[in-house]
Amino acid sequence: MKIAITSGKGGTGKTTVSTGLFHVLTKYYKYHVQLLDCDVEEPDCHIFIKSVKHDEQPVTISVPEIKTDQCTFCGKCKAVCAFNAIVMMPSAKFIEVVEDMCHGCGACSYVCKDNAIVEHNRIIGTISYFDYFARDEFIEGRMNVGSALQTRVIRETINHAKKAGIILFDSPPGTSCPVIATVSKADYVILVTEPTPFGLHDLKLMVETVKQLNKNRGIVINKAGLNYSPLYDYIKKENIALLGEIPFKKEYAKAYSLGKLLPEYDPELRNTFQSIIKQVVNGETV
Amino acid sequence: MEKPFEIVILSGKGGTGKTSITASFAALAENAVFADCDVDAADLHLLLSPVIVHQEKFASGAKAEIDNEKCTACGLCLELCRFNAIEAEDEIYTIDEYACEGCGLCVEACPYAAITIEKYENNNIYFSNCRFGPMIYGKLGIAEENSGKLVSQIRQYTKETALKNKSGLIITDGPPGIGCPAISSVTGADIVIAITEPTLSGWHDLQRLMEMIGRFHTPVQVIINKYDLNEDMTNTIENRLKSQNIPVIGKIPYDDAMVYALLESKTIIETEPQSEITHELNNIWKILTSIIYESKKSI
Repeated sequence: MKIAITSGKGGTGKTTVSTGLFHVLTKYYKYHVQLLDCDVEEPDCHIFIKSVKHDEQPVTISVPEIKTDQCTFCGKCKAVCAFNAIVMMPSAKFIEVVEDMCHGCGACSYVCKDNAIVEHNRIIGTISYFDYFARDEFIEGRMNVGSALQTRVIRETINHAKKAGIILFDSPPGTSCPVIATVSKADYVILVTEPTPFGLHDLKLMVETVKQLNKNRGIVINKAGLNYSPLYDYIKKENIALLGEIPFKKEYAKAYSLGKLLPEYDPELRNTFQSIIKQVVNGETV
Repeated sequence: MEKPFEIVILSGKGGTGKTSITASFAALAENAVFADCDVDAADLHLLLSPVIVHQEKFASGAKAEIDNEKCTACGLCLELCRFNAIEAEDEIYTIDEYACEGCGLCVEACPYAAITIEKYENNNIYFSNCRFGPMIYGKLGIAEENSGKLVSQIRQYTKETALKNKSGLIITDGPPGIGCPAISSVTGADIVIAITEPTLSGWHDLQRLMEMIGRFHTPVQVIINKYDLNEDMTNTIENRLKSQNIPVIGKIPYDDAMVYALLESKTIIETEPQSEITHELNNIWKILTSIIYESKKSI
């Protein structure tokens, strides 16, 4: 069973929930469990999951390089490139690929009839493998700074999911392609929100996205305590399961700041996480 | 006409307080134009309550579509696509719309002209007025892609609006992360204000953000928000930034008043004019104003 933890708004507690669930699942249950950090722009799970990295692999794409001496400046490659990654000035006999813009689709190589394009690998990120209680229980995807191909690194990270057991995806924030790349591969989506107008506004966007993807879903309210009724009214109206609430406490904020796992810091919260697991996994074969 | 000075507020990590701080700057600024470039989850309008005067559609993504009448199931597209976006079941070929990046290679290659590229016009751009001045913001269509292009377009419109209104200042609320929308927000900006918080995650994400901004050589000032949630961590972050010659422009304490202001759709500057936070934001704004003044003088 694949479970994506996502939010719309950043900083609501996706990583707190993912790492908390992962820890409780690995320590107190018999399932095979795996955590994939898919927030490849800012992967933070490793701060909370203190584990041993035993291997890493680059994520590469194949990018073109144009041989000026073979090129006839016909302009076909520039015309076919959907990402404006080719700069050409025939009068100056200048043609170049802007690698940061290139998606590595191969269209330019395909249309070039002068054999002027060769390709080489470009590293856009890294997949790291960690052992927690068991081998490869935690996998991190990390995009290289400066790259804009976060979605590609996410897909590669998800390709490392084990075939069986409970797989947790810590999703990036937002509602666009990186989130879709994560959530579309899940069987169940946990939406983490906070009881503020920002939290509710972004939750609504995320609920619409998840509906469109036709995924089972439930909500966790983090930093609870502020009795912001529009959020509770909305959850009721949409008839979405409220899986649990994590109260706002300054001491939790401090524990988080030091990279502590909440269900370890406060055993009371272990019950909250166990209850979430019971509701999400209930009846499913994992 | 002089070019408007653009301040972009970023954070790397989400939820550090970008939008609340951006809105406070909007309350303090005179004759400025505002942009919300967090197009995935635009929230600035919740604090600034703008009235929309005009809106337009913006196409960013494009996806391939296969006409099964023309398709002969030759398999060439399946073989060529590097995004595994072509699915074939019982000789019926379809596009996985979430995997397709709209590159058009399959369209180019299909010998039967069975594939076309469809543009998606799912995004909206809003031109509006709020109590502090004009504001441009966008809304990405549900499950839409390529927010970087939408960000560039919003910034372009904001610049045009600033020029038209003869306002010398643009304040932009940026997206979290360091990927395409964040990169699109930084290119050409005059200064970045990076908002962090005293947590290991905040620090980790800030370093990656600094590395990304460094590629553009844009000047940066850091604000440590909720600094008193962990003062040891705040000190550590300050010392590390100092050793990297990155200036900290201010530190804002944690206060529930920030959330209560949000519940009233107001900035803390308006709801709690005497608070410590308002005082600190005023100080930060004074420093920023002098930075802007110096920078304009030097041009």
